[in-house]
Amino acid sequence: MGEIQVETENKKYEPKIAAFLCNWCSYAGADLAGVGRIQYPATIRTIRVPCSGRINPLYVLKAMANGADGVLVSGCHPGDCHYISGNYVARRKFALIKSLLNHVGLEEDRISFSWVSAAEGGRFAEVVKGVTERVSTLGPNNGIFKVVDGGAADE
Amino acid sequence: MSKIINDIRETARQLLAEGKVDVVIGYEKGSLPLKATPCFVHSSEGVDSLIWDETCENNLATYAAKTPGKKAIVAKGCDSRALAVLLQENQLVRDDLYIIGVSCHGVIDQRRIGAEVGEILEASISDGKISVKGMEGDKEYLFTEVKDATCRTCRYPNPVMEDLHIGDTIEVAQGAAAFADVEALENKSDNERQEYFKEQMSKCIRCYACRNACPLCYCQECFVDCNSPRWLTGGVNRAENLLFQAGRVMHLAGRCVDCGACSRACPQGVDIRALNRKMTKDVYVMYNHESGISEEGKPALNEYSANDPEQFLVKE
Repeated sequence: MGEIQVETENKKYEPKIAAFLCNWCSYAGADLAGVGRIQYPATIRTIRVPCSGRINPLYVLKAMANGADGVLVSGCHPGDCHYISGNYVARRKFALIKSLLNHVGLEEDRISFSWVSAAEGGRFAEVVKGVTERVSTLGPNNGIFKVVDGGAADE
Repeated sequence: MSKIINDIRETARQLLAEGKVDVVIGYEKGSLPLKATPCFVHSSEGVDSLIWDETCENNLATYAAKTPGKKAIVAKGCDSRALAVLLQENQLVRDDLYIIGVSCHGVIDQRRIGAEVGEILEASISDGKISVKGMEGDKEYLFTEVKDATCRTCRYPNPVMEDLHIGDTIEVAQGAAAFADVEALENKSDNERQEYFKEQMSKCIRCYACRNACPLCYCQECFVDCNSPRWLTGGVNRAENLLFQAGRVMHLAGRCVDCGACSRACPQGVDIRALNRKMTKDVYVMYNHESGISEEGKPALNEYSANDPEQFLVKE
């Protein structure tokens, strides 16, 4: 028991970050980072979505409720959307989500949005590094959305 | 009896007699003092129950899409804005709708009265004065003292669209929308805001009265009722209450007409408008968009522009 205690204390805190990546750009960008063997922290749990326009604000909230320490949402650069306008529509939504969640008292850096193209493997690694660093500084999510009793039994 | 009520009844009688509409949606006296209730008049015999005063607090647009057939609807400013959004979203057919417009001076905030005199037993309104008999005492109020918070900042007391106007119109000072209440909250620290919303959300019992009163919450299946994925558990706790309220506000982004029906419907006095107003302000500031001010146009999130603000992105 004592040993385990020591181990957890010494172990550096690693946040869990839910990363919603669009299929056409950011997911491919993450893939390129992998193929290029670019190192970045293993803190993200990737969830592939068809387009950043597919992001439902509830995804972000539910990730927080289920105990994610941070959320990263990434899609194609504006103008490069595979579906022409998906990320333009998403952009308005993201700006409002971010502002509202900050208003109810969620820390600014818990939720991050970025545009990463399929060619930007290096940049993807940078983004994950940056996000991980900021979320680590904030510490674990015991915030306002986390459902303490474990929340819903998800199907 | 006021001329406005007379005119509303006369109009309803005519419309029903001529067969122009199947039903007139209006207000009638409720079973509780200071509380009018929505009323559906199907034949000209029933028109005499229609009323209009400062207790007509429901947003009747809520019932417009749910009521089949051709309908006439008594609409104040915010009701008409909600109707405009519903039309923009193809939830209503304009030809099936006859809008009886009335200008509104605001509705009474019963909670404010109830907080002072206890449960309201009897009340009467005359000449802008409200006399109330309550469980814990009697009091007389000026209407302006007990006007609902949303009505104090109302910029559209006159219907934005109508087929017929009854009564006078109200002069409003034109100018940019004011968000003093939102700014006051914004100026507080993150922690203070977090505490404020924690306190508010611990009051919520998730009865969904806010959702049911809202004219623009019309999803066939609300996300709170959805079983797969299950966004919310059945239990009521503060975190989930916030998830519900924040989720609802996001669904109303760029659509909310700030009628205040949600707050008035809330049995727990949760400050729901604090969230809605913040969203309204953001949409107004970022996209220069006000919802439901005309039949044309689209809700803010159905549109985009190439140079929408992007300050929310990460720095990398």
